[in-house]
Amino acid sequence: MPPREGTYGLLAEFETPGDLVRAARQAYKDGWRRMDCYTPYPVEEAAEAIGFHTNRVPLLTLIGGLMGLAAMYSLETWISVIAYPLNVAGRPLYSWPAFIVPAYEWTILWAGLSAAFGMIALNHMPTLYHPLFNAPNFRNGALVDKFFLCLEALDPKFDAAESRTYLESLDAISVVEVEY
Amino acid sequence: MATSNLKPTDPEYARWVDPATGEFRVIEPGQTFKSITDKITRIVLTPHTPLGWFAIFALAGAGATVLLVAVTWLFLKGTGIWAVTQPVAWGFAIINFVWWIGIGHAGTLISAILLLFKQSWRNSISRFAEAMTIFAVVCAGMFPLIHTGRPWLGYWMLPLPYTMTVWPQFRSPLEWDVFAVSTYATISVVFWYVGMIPDFGTFRDRAKSRVGQYFYGIISLGWRGSVRHWMRYETASLLLAGLATPLVLSVHTVISFDFAVAVLPGWHTTIFPPYFVAGAIYSGFAMVLTLAIPLRKFYRLEALVTERHIDNMGKVMLATGFIVAYGYGMEAFMAWYSASHWEAFTFWNRAFGPMGWSYWTLIVCNLAIPLTTLWSRKLRTNISFMFIMSIVVNTGMWFERFVIIVTSLYRDFLPSAWGTYRATKWDYMTFIGTLGLFTTLFVLFVRFLPMIPMNELRMLVPQAKITPKKPKEVGR
Repeated sequence: MPPREGTYGLLAEFETPGDLVRAARQAYKDGWRRMDCYTPYPVEEAAEAIGFHTNRVPLLTLIGGLMGLAAMYSLETWISVIAYPLNVAGRPLYSWPAFIVPAYEWTILWAGLSAAFGMIALNHMPTLYHPLFNAPNFRNGALVDKFFLCLEALDPKFDAAESRTYLESLDAISVVEVEY
Repeated sequence: MATSNLKPTDPEYARWVDPATGEFRVIEPGQTFKSITDKITRIVLTPHTPLGWFAIFALAGAGATVLLVAVTWLFLKGTGIWAVTQPVAWGFAIINFVWWIGIGHAGTLISAILLLFKQSWRNSISRFAEAMTIFAVVCAGMFPLIHTGRPWLGYWMLPLPYTMTVWPQFRSPLEWDVFAVSTYATISVVFWYVGMIPDFGTFRDRAKSRVGQYFYGIISLGWRGSVRHWMRYETASLLLAGLATPLVLSVHTVISFDFAVAVLPGWHTTIFPPYFVAGAIYSGFAMVLTLAIPLRKFYRLEALVTERHIDNMGKVMLATGFIVAYGYGMEAFMAWYSASHWEAFTFWNRAFGPMGWSYWTLIVCNLAIPLTTLWSRKLRTNISFMFIMSIVVNTGMWFERFVIIVTSLYRDFLPSAWGTYRATKWDYMTFIGTLGLFTTLFVLFVRFLPMIPMNELRMLVPQAKITPKKPKEVGR
């Protein structure tokens, strides 16, 4: 993304999770879409309020797990039957029950790695810089005890003065403008 | 304090016991988002490391040095410096391997299985239990590798295309171990790290020193607490927990297959997988107690790791202890019921042979002491008693592995092949050395990483409840 100039958005601070959720719900109802809530711990209601219901982490995990299963099972079969056939006490070369265990482990391994790295990638992390870190009060409380709602400038409804009044009407204890 | 004596009339009662449930509180009342954050960040971000920390670090480091010496000598001389020979070809190395990996299992149980069961009391102890898992797996994973005698060829166990075109043998449980243990280590580290990302964000924002800001800034990956991120994060955590649960059960099952698949009396039994898993959790909870009790005292975390935790861990130990007892009972029963001469002899020899003392040590430490006393809530909430109990159970579980390995091997089918087993000083040094390594890693962890998950504890605070009505005055 090219570097941007100007305003990123308006950041409203709330004292309690309840205030935040009510404000977010109201803003969503009033047609705001480019917005986000920032909380020190997961607040499901806030995500629901801004219309974020599903995410793709489970799908990535499923795909990863199936790939792990297929990769290890076929590797075992190829090694034991074609690449290095070894007669162990007359047992069949294709001893599928024995192949289940490593294939099972790799299903979990790949699924787990997909879940973790998929989550990180979908969150666009690492993002070591973010405009919100410029807000004077954000780093003080966002990951401790404060709740924030940010209306972003990219939303068509955004207007610096009007949106500020709007946020103040939603019980915010402070509203600050965030620069890029 | 002796909360077990508390009467409802006592002024202290409301502080310790939740009137709604009659249980000990998960965390003390009066905690807020800020007090939790302050308490935990201060431990890590303080420029003044407590002197006691240095003392423990020095002691543990000395232990780790012993390991370095023992392993160096092993690499120079070979496994001949250990007591392993025929007929006891698996000695301390495999005993310690099974013991350490079992200890790790309680960490996963607390962080994954109890998360799935929505046991929110686990939140206070999940992080350091998970750290314990990782460090225990580090200690465990080392043993099979150095036991091969040629650890620099360890990569032969992996399916890699070598120039000599040799491939691993996938029908052997020992090969399964490679995949089970490596997956377990990887998933545990990933789960642990993912859990810490938000807390690293808090550290980044609160660090005063430049080094701290950079360090925690980079490892927090720029976490800023967006609810969209949180929802993906929660999904990923739940999925990782759901994946770690079958994983942890499979790991000790595969390890028990190392024994159960062999046609050796004393090993060749179907009770092994559940019995090993239960034993693993039993010893693991004991190790969590061994770590948690001094830790909460040292860092004054009694408000966050309360007697409820100690009490609950005692209950889990009681339950898993009985599964273990069932395993012992079934071994004895099958020795008779199988009508196999060899099985009967192995069992008799285990209990009454020249190494019978080890069997009775295990019975006393694993069954006689804990399974009679842990019924009492008074004893379960007695902190010093639980600390001693945790050491007793850890000792007992170590002897369980000793009994399974040594007493099944030392008197072979033919009396002419009988031998004995006496560990050498190098065996002991390696074992004590891993205790040192484990403690060193753990002490470093409590100093530099958030040992209690702040983001999970915040959910336990009453402030976190979403109130339906606006509590604010009108006209604001």
